Amino acid sequence: MATPLALPVPTREPRAVTPLSVLARRIASLLLVHAVLIAGAVVILLPFVWMVITSIKSPPEIFAVDFSLWPKHFSGAENYGHALAKVPLVRFALNGIIVCLGILVVQVLVAVPCAYALAKLRFPGRNALFTLVLLGLCIPIQVPALPLYMGLAKVGMLNTYFAIMMPFFLSVFAIFLFRQFFKGYPDEIIQAARLDGMSEFEIVWRIVVPSAWPAIAAFAVFSFVAHWNDLYWPLIVISDTNLATPPLGMMFFADAESGSNYGALTAAATMLTAPLVLAFLFARRRFIDGITMTGIK
Amino acid sequence: MASVELKAVGKSFGDVHVLSGIDLDIADGEFLTLVGASGCGKSTLLRIIAGLEVQSTGNVLIGGAPVDHLRPHERRVAMVFQSYALYPHMKVFGNIALPLVMSRLNVFERLPLIRMLSPRRHRVMPEIAREVRAVAEQLQIEALLERRPSQLSGGQRQRVALGRAMVRSPAAFLMDEPLSNLDAKLRVHMRSELADLHARLGATFIYVTHDQVEAMTMSSRVAMMDNGVILQLGRPGELYSRPATVKVAQFIGTPTINLLPARVGAGHVVELFGTALPVRVKHAVGSALTLGLRPEAVTAAPVALAARDHQHALVGRLHRSENLGAEHILHVDLAEPASGTLTCKVASEPEAFVDGNRRLALTFSPAACHIFDSDGRRIGDADVQSAAESSVPAPARVAVQ
Repeated sequence: MATPLALPVPTREPRAVTPLSVLARRIASLLLVHAVLIAGAVVILLPFVWMVITSIKSPPEIFAVDFSLWPKHFSGAENYGHALAKVPLVRFALNGIIVCLGILVVQVLVAVPCAYALAKLRFPGRNALFTLVLLGLCIPIQVPALPLYMGLAKVGMLNTYFAIMMPFFLSVFAIFLFRQFFKGYPDEIIQAARLDGMSEFEIVWRIVVPSAWPAIAAFAVFSFVAHWNDLYWPLIVISDTNLATPPLGMMFFADAESGSNYGALTAAATMLTAPLVLAFLFARRRFIDGITMTGIK
Repeated sequence: MASVELKAVGKSFGDVHVLSGIDLDIADGEFLTLVGASGCGKSTLLRIIAGLEVQSTGNVLIGGAPVDHLRPHERRVAMVFQSYALYPHMKVFGNIALPLVMSRLNVFERLPLIRMLSPRRHRVMPEIAREVRAVAEQLQIEALLERRPSQLSGGQRQRVALGRAMVRSPAAFLMDEPLSNLDAKLRVHMRSELADLHARLGATFIYVTHDQVEAMTMSSRVAMMDNGVILQLGRPGELYSRPATVKVAQFIGTPTINLLPARVGAGHVVELFGTALPVRVKHAVGSALTLGLRPEAVTAAPVALAARDHQHALVGRLHRSENLGAEHILHVDLAEPASGTLTCKVASEPEAFVDGNRRLALTFSPAACHIFDSDGRRIGDADVQSAAESSVPAPARVAVQ
């Protein structure tokens, strides 16, 4: 015979729930949450907003003692006109696109097979290699910068697109990100592909990658933003204005042409940032999918 | 179509032996089921046959030829996975066509863009399309060819997976729990459809399942596995009526077989709860035995009636009864001198047997008992004899009331 069971008796009467109290509580929590979020958004957006506003202010107003969000005297046309006329903005943007795309394509081509091998193939030393990948994440570009520079100088490759792109071709971050994504890919589909006669390379590119677009898109945003905005490495290997990437070009421009013309400077900066912001807004959904799916949050 | 032979196949990961010394001859056109609880090594064995895993010892022969050195696709076997493993970004047509595309077109004829230039591809693709359509027709999925796997129901995905296996006309079909992701009703339906398919194709099927009903209903032979060895290999009926070990007896049949502790009494007579059964074994007096009694071999009767008929039976109190419609499963707590519980399957309502105290009598024929020795091995029929005094035919003299 089973011993009789009893459920625990609640020691306190549950509080009465009225529709009004529920509503009040929900509104209070909504207000609190949004206040925090808005405060965070303001902190992050302020420099950006400042840049855009400065780009349409006249020079005296930029340095005026009293601060105003909206210019009294609108001189956006002069600032943007000056920037477009004096700075080879299109050239800088084009350089940025060439460099970022070049880096991204090679990074994906290399990282996808590496990540697949680390995630799905069994071979001796796999865990050691993965540990090395993780260690690689900890090494900043400043560490190998000097030997890389000397190497490029020796082969006479300074002042080339290749020099800007080369150090970033192998991305341990991409390997890590894709490896996390591929880990979750069903083994049975890969085994089915093996039984159907596919080689491992074909499995990677024809079976796994078509499902990995969210992860690739997420990585593309990371990579593009990082190298579009990178100043450190281009500054080291590029001295030719024609090869300058956007931040480097801005620096040349700030030094040589504009001096203290901050209106024109911020106008140029706005025009160089815009494509990236637009691209992110366009790919936002995929970016978020990719990040959540790889378990990196 | 081909036979499949396993010779002393073993597999270990480090010190863990997943499979040891598996010998199995599967004839051409046979439907063999590997059945066992999860972790018994049945799926590993199937993967070894497919070439997805490499065995540590032993050989695999398909059609009489060793295939140990061949890669999965060169073994000409097709596999249906539990999750169906359809290619999610390809349409149903692409999924079914892929094995043919892979075997009939070379690397360049498969490359995007470059393949457009190949005249041979333009000749071969219509052939492939014809074969895909023929298979789809047999499985009644022609209407789904332009859909993606995510737009299909579980049963439809199952058929697509079958189609992808059939289109290659493989030497053998390997199926890894293909029905376990389906709902109960569809599973019963697909069971008969698979058996039908096997009959129509006449191909060799090797089927892995943990569901003994699937094993019993579809197979020509069943291999019951446990802990990396085959406990018993035989026709489904044999595993049910003559289980080789306690584990087989427990696994096959629902509800689970009742196991009662017994011992060898004076004169080598089997004693159950202190009462002699009219059965003798050759084992040493005093050694322990286990008596297996299927729920469907036990009949229930009112206690008073059993006593009046001078039939000796186990008496107990009804703990719980389950109404399955056509039959009732009774769970009975046995009364002194017996102990434990006994499950039985009866046709009529339990109210027909129980008295005011919910007591009832359970009777069974000693011939229906499966007797196992202390190691859990079946005591062969040659070693069991009806005792001389067993003149009473059916119900056993078991325990005093």
